[in-house]
Amino acid sequence: MELITPGLGLIFWMTLVFLALLFLLKKFAWIPILKALKDREDAITDALSSADKAKEEMKQLQFSNEQLLAEAKNERDNILNEARKIKEKIIEEARLKASEEAGNITASALENIRNEKMAALTELKNEVGQLSLEIAKRILQRELTDPKKQEEYARQLLSEINFN
Amino acid sequence: MIFFQKMRRQFPVRSRFSLRAVLLIPFFLLFHGLPSEAVTQDNVNLVAANDSVFAKNGETEKKSEAFNPGDMIMEHVTDNHEWHILETGSFKLSIPLPVILYSDGKVYAFCSSRFHNGLSYQGFRLAGKDKIVRMDAIPGSPKVYDFSITKTVLAIMISALLMLLIFISVAKAYARNVNKAPKGMQSMLEPLILFIRDDIAKSSIGEKKYEKYMPYLLTIFFFIFLNNILGLVPIFPGGANVTGNIAVTLVMAVFTFILTSVSGNKHYWIDIVNTPGVPWWLKLPIPLMPVVEIIGIITKPFVLMVRLFANITAGHIIALGFISLIFIFGAMNAALGYGVSVVSVAFMIFMNLLELLVAFIQAYVFTLLSALYFGLATAEPEHH
Repeated sequence: MELITPGLGLIFWMTLVFLALLFLLKKFAWIPILKALKDREDAITDALSSADKAKEEMKQLQFSNEQLLAEAKNERDNILNEARKIKEKIIEEARLKASEEAGNITASALENIRNEKMAALTELKNEVGQLSLEIAKRILQRELTDPKKQEEYARQLLSEINFN
Repeated sequence: MIFFQKMRRQFPVRSRFSLRAVLLIPFFLLFHGLPSEAVTQDNVNLVAANDSVFAKNGETEKKSEAFNPGDMIMEHVTDNHEWHILETGSFKLSIPLPVILYSDGKVYAFCSSRFHNGLSYQGFRLAGKDKIVRMDAIPGSPKVYDFSITKTVLAIMISALLMLLIFISVAKAYARNVNKAPKGMQSMLEPLILFIRDDIAKSSIGEKKYEKYMPYLLTIFFFIFLNNILGLVPIFPGGANVTGNIAVTLVMAVFTFILTSVSGNKHYWIDIVNTPGVPWWLKLPIPLMPVVEIIGIITKPFVLMVRLFANITAGHIIALGFISLIFIFGAMNAALGYGVSVVSVAFMIFMNLLELLVAFIQAYVFTLLSALYFGLATAEPEHH
């Protein structure tokens, strides 16, 4: 019977100690502990979500980087192409100009040559005339006496000249 | 034979503050190793003539100190005005505890050792097992109100101090490493705290209102759990049957009842007074259903009280029963006693492991049911 009869003193002390324990633990243990746990959970959730966000941003960044790289490559290719074209054009132009110049030079050279030839021919004719005159003078001086021989000689001379 | 008889007298005393298998084995060896010269005839205790089971030895004793398992077990599981540690022959080691009495408008306070050897003090004496009465106790004399710091009260205070020590240091650990992984004691207790928060409070009371009840639920859970565990420890700060004391469980059940009633909303009380879905003639003119409902709200904490008390006390009684078996058989024959001790020790180890499980389960059940009652009291009416 003693076993199932609650003692008055025990009820009193248990109530007192339990209430004190409840109050003290609530104030100094449970509230700080529960708050710390909640804070930590919040912090973990925050950290996870911001990590996700960072990952997303990273992805975006990587994507835009790749885009930028591709653009740059394109640009480089374009520039190179352009440069090649310009180079070819310059070379072409240069060649054209050079050949034109060469043509001009050749033409003027030919002109010169012709002119020189003409001049030479003229001089030659003049020389020939002089020589003919010299010859004629000498013939005249020697053969004037014989009209037949004179004529023959003159003919010979003439044919020589025509030959020239 | 002589060893065994000596042991028989010593053991019940040890048994009082909880006999546990693990500690028992070294003691056995110790007693076995005593030189036989040390045991004189005076030490041999003989059983009372009226107890036929123990009446094996031809010698007689002046005082009956026969081993009575019922008395031994009851002495252990009930409260006591002193805390027994050890008793060997005439040497008795116990912690005397303060006696505080209120009688006839006066307060008396003295040490319980004043009652040793059946002495009386300031007009009071110990009667029966452990009840303090006035010397002039006749019908009509003033009643004695006993507010002594008994064994159970001291155990409650020790466990309360232990809890304060543990949980305040854990709270400090939380303040110290903010948002970091728990360490040491903190990491041992955090799963339990989270378990109570998530699986007991949140699921029973609901996300919105659980926070208000958390301090109470945590306190009762750890108080019951710690005292259940301490009850299994055979040495001094443990061994008291705190959660197996009906006054202790009564106080906790009353707290749950008061909290439930105070936090009961309109919906909760209307359901009790005017239970929906019940024919009107069960409510008028004789309020049958309201009476049943009111019995129901009282039954709930009552069941809480009895369940914890009965489970823990039963565990202690069974363990002590196994110990008693050794001495009952030992009184018949020493060899038989040694033989039975092996079986008893094995069973006690098993029981202790079971009690460890029960210690947790009972703390869990008490907390869970309290949370469920709070949940019922604060539930919002369902809209159909």
